[in-house]
Amino acid sequence: MDRFLDTFFNAEVLARYAPSILDGALVTVVLSVLIVLSGIGLGTLLACLRAYRIRPISFLIVIYADILRALPPLVVILVAYFGLPNVGVVLSASVVLYLVLTLVLAAFAEEIVWAGITSTPQGQWEAARSTGLGFTQALVWVVLPQAVRMVIPPLTNRAIAITKMTALGLVIGVPDILGNASTAQSFSANASPLTLAAIAYVILFLPFVIGSRWLEARFARPGA
Amino acid sequence: MDAILQQFFNWGVMAQALPLLLKGLGMTLLICAVVIPLGALGGLLAALASTAQARALRWSAIAFVDLFRALPPLVLLIFIYAGLPFAGLRLSPFAAVTIAFFLNNSAYFAEIFRAGLLSVPKGQAEAALSTGLTPAQTLIWVRLPQATRNVLPDLLSNVVEIVKLTSLASVVSLGEMLHAADLVRSVTYNASPLILAAGLYLLLLWPLVRLIGRFERRIAG
Repeated sequence: MDRFLDTFFNAEVLARYAPSILDGALVTVVLSVLIVLSGIGLGTLLACLRAYRIRPISFLIVIYADILRALPPLVVILVAYFGLPNVGVVLSASVVLYLVLTLVLAAFAEEIVWAGITSTPQGQWEAARSTGLGFTQALVWVVLPQAVRMVIPPLTNRAIAITKMTALGLVIGVPDILGNASTAQSFSANASPLTLAAIAYVILFLPFVIGSRWLEARFARPGA
Repeated sequence: MDAILQQFFNWGVMAQALPLLLKGLGMTLLICAVVIPLGALGGLLAALASTAQARALRWSAIAFVDLFRALPPLVLLIFIYAGLPFAGLRLSPFAAVTIAFFLNNSAYFAEIFRAGLLSVPKGQAEAALSTGLTPAQTLIWVRLPQATRNVLPDLLSNVVEIVKLTSLASVVSLGEMLHAADLVRSVTYNASPLILAAGLYLLLLWPLVRLIGRFERRIAG
């Protein structure tokens, strides 16, 4: 038991590295908030564009969404981080992580919001148009709010899953929770920083996981 | 333009990398073959526990599921692979990957099976029991088939997520496809092996992603 405590909850190691993991938590939180905002924003925008049903544009959106939903994000991160500098585009690790996860979340958000738009009853479109609203107005003021409401649970689940992937930043050296914990672990030759990191992630994400459970109970999912 | 082709679509480098990547793909598929059935089974058990009558059982199952849905899989993997050795428990990369992904996937499968089980009307189980089937028979022959069918797109979508997840095994140097690609990348200073890996992942997963889309539309429509 003593050995267990000494390995995973070593008070001295915890005290020494807690500030660095707290710094990491700030990076994780900032990245997560930015990724959720821009990912869902871009995804919603693409879903709206697709509603105009202009063939070449819809086709490109579908290809984009399919590819980024099928590729492991870590592959995209490595390509961007190690490949781009050789063609003259040098981005910091944090920026690469932000851009890639935003694009991945946007791909999923596009598909989810699009499912919401297509399952909004046709009558809503017709009623909106008959009151004199243009197509764009009907989309933005009548259809989209209903569509988004319908897909809040799957959108929340996906946003949580993607923001958790900020931990992948470890691989390219982003100083987030896991990155800092991993450095601390190798300096201290002790597992306590990793325990602290795990606790930090649970504190950050558990409220959202429980919240998503509540949302799911409250909203009926379309198609389920 | 030439620089881009040279850096990302260098056929020479790709040809050189292909045998190693295919070997890696074998490992990727092996991880999937172990982790998907194990995760589905664990998830099913957790789902049954989380829909059970006994309150303690129900809440501990929900706590398990929520904990592992909150923890990023890479954190779990690093903890098991790099943390446990300090306590004298040294695991091979394959064992660490299997345990980490099993815990992570069970939680996701559990949520899906739970939604499926809850979507089957109570009358189905009551009718089955009234014909003399035992509770176990009712579960296997009446509730599970309907539950599985109702959440088939979600189950498939989780399988896609698991195949993508296997790429994390590269972090603990398990020689799956991404690890192989990154190895060649670091030797050749060229990103083409990663693009080749991306192409192979697409080949593997794009049909599944399309299939899921079709299922979802059919059920919604």
